[in-house]
Amino acid sequence: MNLSFTEEEEAFRREVRAWIQDAMPADMRERAKGSGGFTPEDSATWHRILHEKGWVAPHWPKEFGGTGWDAARRFIFNEEMETSGAPQLSVFGLSMVGPLIISFGTDAQRKRFLPKILSAEEFWCQGYSEPGAGSDLASLRTTAEDAGDHFIVNGQKTWTSYAQYADWIFCLVRTDPNAKKQAGITFLLIDLKSPGIEVKPMQTLGHTPAFCDTFFDNVKVPKENVVGGVNQGWTMAKALLGHERTLLAMVGPCRNVLQKIKHIAATKLVDGRPMLEHPVWRAKIARLEMRFRAHLMVSYRALADQQKGKMPGPESSILKLVGTKLVQEMTELAMEIMGESSLTWYNEGVCMPIEESIGPYFCYERAATIYGGSNEIQRNVIAKMILQLPSS
Amino acid sequence: MDFELDQDQEMLARTVADFAKNESPVERFRKLRDDDIGYDPAVWQKMGELGWLGVAFPESVGGYGGSFVECALVLENLAATLVPEPYLASVVLGGMTLLRAGNPEQHARYLTPMIEGETTLALASSEAQGRYDVSAIETAATPKGEGYEISGKKVWVLNGHNADHLIVSAKAPGGVTLFVVPREDEGVSVTVAKTIDGQKAAFIELDGVKVGEDARLGEEGAGASILDRTMDYAAAAAVAEGVGLASTMLNMTVEYLGTREQFGVKIGSFQALQHRAVDMYAETELLRSISMASMVRADEEDASTRRADVSAAKYQLATGGIWVAQQSLQLHGGIGVTDEHDIGLYFKRMYALNALFGDAEHHVARFCV
Repeated sequence: MNLSFTEEEEAFRREVRAWIQDAMPADMRERAKGSGGFTPEDSATWHRILHEKGWVAPHWPKEFGGTGWDAARRFIFNEEMETSGAPQLSVFGLSMVGPLIISFGTDAQRKRFLPKILSAEEFWCQGYSEPGAGSDLASLRTTAEDAGDHFIVNGQKTWTSYAQYADWIFCLVRTDPNAKKQAGITFLLIDLKSPGIEVKPMQTLGHTPAFCDTFFDNVKVPKENVVGGVNQGWTMAKALLGHERTLLAMVGPCRNVLQKIKHIAATKLVDGRPMLEHPVWRAKIARLEMRFRAHLMVSYRALADQQKGKMPGPESSILKLVGTKLVQEMTELAMEIMGESSLTWYNEGVCMPIEESIGPYFCYERAATIYGGSNEIQRNVIAKMILQLPSS
Repeated sequence: MDFELDQDQEMLARTVADFAKNESPVERFRKLRDDDIGYDPAVWQKMGELGWLGVAFPESVGGYGGSFVECALVLENLAATLVPEPYLASVVLGGMTLLRAGNPEQHARYLTPMIEGETTLALASSEAQGRYDVSAIETAATPKGEGYEISGKKVWVLNGHNADHLIVSAKAPGGVTLFVVPREDEGVSVTVAKTIDGQKAAFIELDGVKVGEDARLGEEGAGASILDRTMDYAAAAAVAEGVGLASTMLNMTVEYLGTREQFGVKIGSFQALQHRAVDMYAETELLRSISMASMVRADEEDASTRRADVSAAKYQLATGGIWVAQQSLQLHGGIGVTDEHDIGLYFKRMYALNALFGDAEHHVARFCV
């Protein structure tokens, strides 16, 4: 056993850290230190900067624009990106549909879509959930009717995050209404500029621009936009879920909130001393940080497996469950530590900039235990697949 | 970064696991808990012959030159069937202290025979008025002639009722100092106390016990920092043992959920119980993962690096480990709270480990945020 990164890996970390500090535009760097309130435009700008450097998709195979780094370097790169406070990149193209097209798409699809994901010419969003199909995703009712060389799509997708900024949407649609529900679903790529599509943004709890409803009214979609074959959508969805598991371990966000908590606790005074010097507050922070260390070790185990070219062990199934809960607890503590300042809601110059970011982020992360398969669904899956408990 | 065991470690873990399963099933622990000693000196000797007692010690003292990881692996695997031999007390508490504090002559006299399984050790450090503070002691070592006279009272000395040699902490003129005291020396009186987990410890009174200079381990005043290190080893050892307990309890519970029927179905088909079992699995894997970090870092010289993981691990035992123990009892229902069923024995051992070498609050307080 060896729990340290090698000297070369640490040198790589320094290189990445220095580059990020250097490459981030000054105004963005200021915001990263303070509120971290980035717009989708900031995210796109940062995406383009990374693309120019060739670092926008380290997890892609080199031939499609990846960096060729091993698992440890990719992990270090992500850690540095997350702790730098730089804007998060849109995950839908880079981490979801991109890898799926690489694995299951046709050559034509790879040529058509991958370069524009890398260059930020096209942004993507996800069309899975429907008003009547949340955790029971397979009951989805948006239909794609066979019309010769194309499909006609009708229905409604919801929680289509960032659809208002996106150019394309990847959808699960029903292509065979008579098959068993999982068997009649197809994974379809749809151009959001197609006639018959309407995107209606919806305010989130954190007032961050995210959620939308997306309506499809007789939308024409060429058949060449099917990924993985007609009626193979459920297999595609499950493959994508595998990608999401480590994506949602929340190691970076946890680290980031922890930094903010300590920063605020070092600034605010209780009885004339910084909160960080009070045993009660130190203990609250320590408890979360200690749990984070345990969580970090679980993700390191998954990383070490990947580094050896192996599938992560069954313990990686708990990463989403534990990480999302932990990041919520951290945002809860951040709110608590702010005291009255936690009342603030999108003001300027009222509180410390770092404090302005907490409330909306606290609200935003309430979604973490819901999206990507709610934590209750995660438990169902682990009970069945890993503990092999009897089904009801 | 690599979490895999090397071939020798893999082999050691497997051998210990096989021994626990085949030669020391829980019934053996049940029989021995009513015995005066509580374990079998012949089995101890066998452990010495197999080399298990020396895995973490250098070859110069008769060990096998491994790391603390090997020690932790032995403990983790012995825990599966509650093997009662005093590995933690003698090898970790006694042995690691002797190794770090003693000179070659003392190693040869006290450590090597223990590694060979001929003797056992105990660390007499805690006192009634203290709480996880190795310096908060009143036992005094007064210089007298060529040596010292030691007087004081020690509590909860693990294996203190049977150890050949006690390592006693006492305040000498130069500060907290460690001495080796044969248990059968004049002036040493031992009272056996039963512990919650079916094991035994000793309350030891030292009344003017005379020791020579050669009984002193290291310089006067060197004791506190040595004991601080020992307590980190012990905490990491307890966590490793806790991993063995938690995974056994989880397995027993999952098996019970898959066999016990109520309302005409297996109770493991109920979602409320499935979700509980998954949370037990999560806490167990968190404990296992941070235990890997703490067993590696226990050997680390830099105190803050070492403690970051050791304390985080002991904290996870106190929270997640204890929670797994509680839930495993709960999900076993009525049978779980009988002495007949084994699950409760593991439950009580987890509580014992929680109380030793610093509880949650102790480790929270010393963790550097």
